[in-house]
Amino acid sequence: MSVAELTSQEYIKHHLTNLTVGEGFWTLHLDTLGWSVFLGLVFLTIFRSVAKKATTGVPGKLQCAVELIVGFVDDSVKTTFHGKNALIAPLALTIFVWVLLMNAMDWVPVDLLPWVISLVSGIEMSHIYMKPVPTTDVNMTSALAIGVFILIVYYSIKVKGFSGFMKELYTQPFGHWSLYPLNFFIELVTLLARPLALSLRLFGNLYAGELIFLLIATLGLYQLPVHFIWAAFHLLVIPLQAFIFMMLTIVYLSLAHEDH
Amino acid sequence: MNINATIIGELIAFVVFVIFCMKFVWPPIMAAIEARQAIIADGLAASDRAAKDLELAQAKATEQLKDAKSQAAGIIEAAKKREAQIVEEAAGKAEAEKAKILASGHAEIETERNQAREELRQQVVVLAIAGAEKILERSIDAAAHSDILDKLVAEL
Repeated sequence: MSVAELTSQEYIKHHLTNLTVGEGFWTLHLDTLGWSVFLGLVFLTIFRSVAKKATTGVPGKLQCAVELIVGFVDDSVKTTFHGKNALIAPLALTIFVWVLLMNAMDWVPVDLLPWVISLVSGIEMSHIYMKPVPTTDVNMTSALAIGVFILIVYYSIKVKGFSGFMKELYTQPFGHWSLYPLNFFIELVTLLARPLALSLRLFGNLYAGELIFLLIATLGLYQLPVHFIWAAFHLLVIPLQAFIFMMLTIVYLSLAHEDH
Repeated sequence: MNINATIIGELIAFVVFVIFCMKFVWPPIMAAIEARQAIIADGLAASDRAAKDLELAQAKATEQLKDAKSQAAGIIEAAKKREAQIVEEAAGKAEAEKAKILASGHAEIETERNQAREELRQQVVVLAIAGAEKILERSIDAAAHSDILDKLVAEL
């Protein structure tokens, strides 16, 4: 019905607008915050309930599933990171499952939530703004990337010392002193590119996926098989992006632990 | 691409989730997994040990069976030997007994024959004396002629 009222361009723009409160920088995306926190709590509630009842005997089905994920993350961490760090594995687990759940919101049909809200509240759908996929919001992916970046800098300084960290920035790749400024520039770009790439990769993939879903939604009756194909394709995209984010986090943090 | 305060909210949520996961989710699950791995490893080691023990026991049993068989064979062998020995001894004893009985029989016969011969001889003496008495028609002084009679007896 929104398609009937809006042009397809307006329809897509409408669906890509967040539910906001506040002005300027102090704007909050309520839908991004709400869904991401909700999904984070879903993750922690399930895993915490298993952790509390974890038995060393024959595990139940839920415990098996949770242990499968935990074991998978633990393997990924152990094959990449060889130091001792109590943070990296739980961090990787949180990132993987949280991002996976947020990405999975992509499978919720784009008009379903606005339609339900409109039914409950009586507000017209064209006035309802709801973006249920938090990872299509650059704020969400950037927050994750900044968290990881802070840890990269923290562990680099903790392991190598502040001078060691700075030295690593300007003494490579070229050993000669006259090239130190160039080195510093290159290394700084490399360092800063990491969170940027981390954030924009996830955001770009999911945003593009969501955009295609919206384009398909304007196709009329033909959208049903096309939606199905695109959703099936997301069986690959959704876990893959979550895995890439987790894996790169582990790699960056293990690089931060390496002393040259 | 509008960065705003949402990023702060998400960063706080991220930090809280990670800390919660690190404190209350990861350690108990990992501890359970590792404890179970230890139990499984112990179980596998125990079954390995049991299999080895079984193998050893079987080898020992086979060894003992072999020993018992050879011992039994030895005992049977000895028993057969003993049997042969006993039979031989018995045969020897019987032979000796037979010889003894035969000898005593011979001796008895000999004695009886001698006795009979002595008796006969006496009777012959009596007969001879009676014959001589008849022939001479008179009584011979047995004492006076005893030397002749003795000579006669010795000749018989």
